[in-house]
Amino acid sequence: MAPSPTRRALLGGAALLVASPALLRAQTRTLNLYSSRHYDTDEALYSDFTKQTGIAINRVEAGEDPLLARMQSEGANSPADVLITVDAGRIEKAQGMGLLQPFASETLASRIPANLRDPDGNWFGFSTRARVFLVAKDKVAEGAIGSYEDLADPKWKGKVLIRSSTNVYNQSLTGSVLAAHGPEKTEAWARGVVANMARPPRGGDTDQIRAAAAGEGDIAVANTYYFGRMALSSKPEDKAVVEKLRVVFPNQADRGTHVNISAAGIARHAKNIDAAKAFLEYLSTPSAQRYFAFGNSEYPVVAGVEPPPHVAAWGKFKVDALNARVFARNNAEALKIMDRAGWK
Amino acid sequence: MTDAVLGPSSPAPQRPVVMAGRPALLGLALVLAAVVATPILAVALSIFQRGSGSIAHLAETVLAEIVLNTLGLMVMVGAGTAAIGVGTAWLVTLCRFPGSRAFEWLLLLPLAVPAYIIGYAYTDAMAFAGPIQSGLRAMFGWSRGNYWFPEIHNLPGVSLMLTLVLYPYVYLLARAAFLDQSTCVLEAARTLGASPWTACLRVGLPMARPAIAAGVALALMEALADFGTVQYFGVTTFTTTIYRTWFGLGDRVAAAQLATGLLGFVLLLVAVEFLARRDRRFGAGGRRHRTIAPLYLTRRAGALAFIACGLPVLLGFILPVAALLRLHALDGDPLLSGRFLTYAQNSFVLAGAAAVLVVTAATLVAYAGRLSPGPVTTTAIRIASIGYAVPGTVIAVGILMALGGFDAALDGWAKAAFGWGTGLLFSGTAAALLYAYLVRFLAVAAGPVESGLHQIPASLDAAARTLGASAAKVAAAIHAPMLRRPLLTAALLVFVDVLKELPATIIVRPFNFDTLAIRVYNLASDERLAQASTGALVIVAIGIVPVVILTRMIARDTRLGSRPGA
Repeated sequence: MAPSPTRRALLGGAALLVASPALLRAQTRTLNLYSSRHYDTDEALYSDFTKQTGIAINRVEAGEDPLLARMQSEGANSPADVLITVDAGRIEKAQGMGLLQPFASETLASRIPANLRDPDGNWFGFSTRARVFLVAKDKVAEGAIGSYEDLADPKWKGKVLIRSSTNVYNQSLTGSVLAAHGPEKTEAWARGVVANMARPPRGGDTDQIRAAAAGEGDIAVANTYYFGRMALSSKPEDKAVVEKLRVVFPNQADRGTHVNISAAGIARHAKNIDAAKAFLEYLSTPSAQRYFAFGNSEYPVVAGVEPPPHVAAWGKFKVDALNARVFARNNAEALKIMDRAGWK
Repeated sequence: MTDAVLGPSSPAPQRPVVMAGRPALLGLALVLAAVVATPILAVALSIFQRGSGSIAHLAETVLAEIVLNTLGLMVMVGAGTAAIGVGTAWLVTLCRFPGSRAFEWLLLLPLAVPAYIIGYAYTDAMAFAGPIQSGLRAMFGWSRGNYWFPEIHNLPGVSLMLTLVLYPYVYLLARAAFLDQSTCVLEAARTLGASPWTACLRVGLPMARPAIAAGVALALMEALADFGTVQYFGVTTFTTTIYRTWFGLGDRVAAAQLATGLLGFVLLLVAVEFLARRDRRFGAGGRRHRTIAPLYLTRRAGALAFIACGLPVLLGFILPVAALLRLHALDGDPLLSGRFLTYAQNSFVLAGAAAVLVVTAATLVAYAGRLSPGPVTTTAIRIASIGYAVPGTVIAVGILMALGGFDAALDGWAKAAFGWGTGLLFSGTAAALLYAYLVRFLAVAAGPVESGLHQIPASLDAAARTLGASAAKVAAAIHAPMLRRPLLTAALLVFVDVLKELPATIIVRPFNFDTLAIRVYNLASDERLAQASTGALVIVAIGIVPVVILTRMIARDTRLGSRPGA
């Protein structure tokens, strides 16, 4: 059995005295997970993995950035085996900080699309969410708005609902615009978006969706799973919100809709590499893919696994094929552009 | 106005008799200061690394705004908490009006409500899509743009939120000070012809000033360090900018420079208060022979007092709890079961252990200040108190860096010396978490303990010492009973603060270790406010327990009508 982590300091002190290296040796049948996902439904996923493999999972769940800081300061002794983040920008940052190690897996190579994987094999995406528009059915005609570029069109002055630039989803979105148009045009675009905002940015994606339904603006920018969650809700309030809105997948005529990923990689100093690999491959199995899709309204990434009916009902769409690593690396630059444009 | 938090003014003209100094005590205070300063220094030292030039970018874009916002926040929260805290403390302590007894403890309740929770609750209730506005629109046929509704997502709004949950710090310390005041002094003022209100303004308030300053300083530091509420309200402050510079721009150097700027604000506060009262002593100099005779208010004045005390309770506790109850009823967390018991148990054990540890440390520091006064002690005490104003995330990362460095060094040494490593001894343990709480909350405990110690006249020490008592005996036999209330106050504040604490707990905690605050944060950051409301209500409920205990102890002391002590 692994020593309880809360007692590790005590145990370590005792070990110093009795000088028994065996006591400190890594355990084989556990997997230490650092994750920034914290959805209740993921717990079913973890217990399913444990049931299938007999490998127990220890977890710390926190924001990505602090988690990375923790891994970094723990250094070579870090207990982390697997890192999970909910944004490509963050997993790429971990890679940049030297916190991941490349690994080869034929299973993953064959199941995960190439644009959702690090070309060097340090991480891969195991579920996606699209950044879409939720528009008021009664105010925005079908086809009236079709692209992220349209968000800056003066005809939508006072109509756009979007959250703050502190939020990483918007940094990644802007990073993808940056990849498509370059810095000058992106800054002009960001200024246009700011000029069109219905109100200063505030709250989360759900708040934007609610505000669009209530008529505070016409177009809310949000990740799909927030809307999916409301679509599943039994609350009459939420049902009314869903009734009033329509999902628009932007940029279907050109590069496709921006999607972001939940991603995972093996920690640079992982002690349980076999268990880590087993876990990552497990994430690409149909049953795990269904947990993400049905549990959190995300899109499965493995071919042949269908999204749940309420998500499929929004229709099929063309996905921006830009490799996640590219917009991820654009994040800091994107944030500076947003600062200059006055995007709070 | 923060001197009471950060130590007695020095040199004091009428010092305690123990002039020789206590080298052991002084050494302990220095060690504590070093321990507390280490994680902050770990972050600050990154200033000397090469940055990526983000400061220039920030200066061009957002710096002016964050300075103005931060100043505005301090002015509004400082004025708000002082007015509400002192006013209500005076009313319930020295006046009698309908409900005055109940308000003694009702006024403390907002203390149990975390700032981010009150922010969520008001946002949900007052949003354009929320129940109030939707109801009004449906009732009167209004539509967007043709009616006015107060906007809370701005600087005054966020200041109001913070004021509503932070004023109890001022209330608690001011009330303790009013209760401890010598009746003789107040009555002497009355005998000399002062009206009750003049006596209050000219004598009572000035005497309570160290305690009031300590309370306002705590509130201001908490406001400076707040991340969740200001971010949710879209108000840019030093704290949010540190966060986005560090993690969004990936520039730790610029973030450390901003953090240093934030510390500048704190030091400014410290300096102002220090200059303002450097030559004064606040010992009452007399015994309190009996309870202060309460002032029975007229019907009209009583009604006004009722409103003055009722509003903070209504806005800071009843309305937000009602909003949370509504959310819980709509779509609450279904997990009020074994899992919640574990969360609650973890929260309780952590908060209790932290309260004991932090209050002990604060007492040591306070005694070093009393028995070994001097510039070295003063500096050590100030350093030991600075953690409270630093955002929890920065402290947490500093702790990680400091402990990680220590663990790695020890590991390397053990490998070299014995051929095997020690691994991570402290990183990722509950001990690391307690360390983070010590750094963050030492100032919270130091405030009440030091202002309590301040109120014990030096002449008492002098008399006891003249009669042959040792300094330790003075502390045990004379100070300890007199300090019971401040010590309890300190423990309560730390307990409730740890219960609500988020960033350090999230980042530093061991594997598989969840608390109520983490549960609430995870759900709220996932935009499941309704589900989060259940955990939030449990936090509030647990936070009430120590509040009630403390209130009863104060009430008992007061009823006995005797000055506690030898």
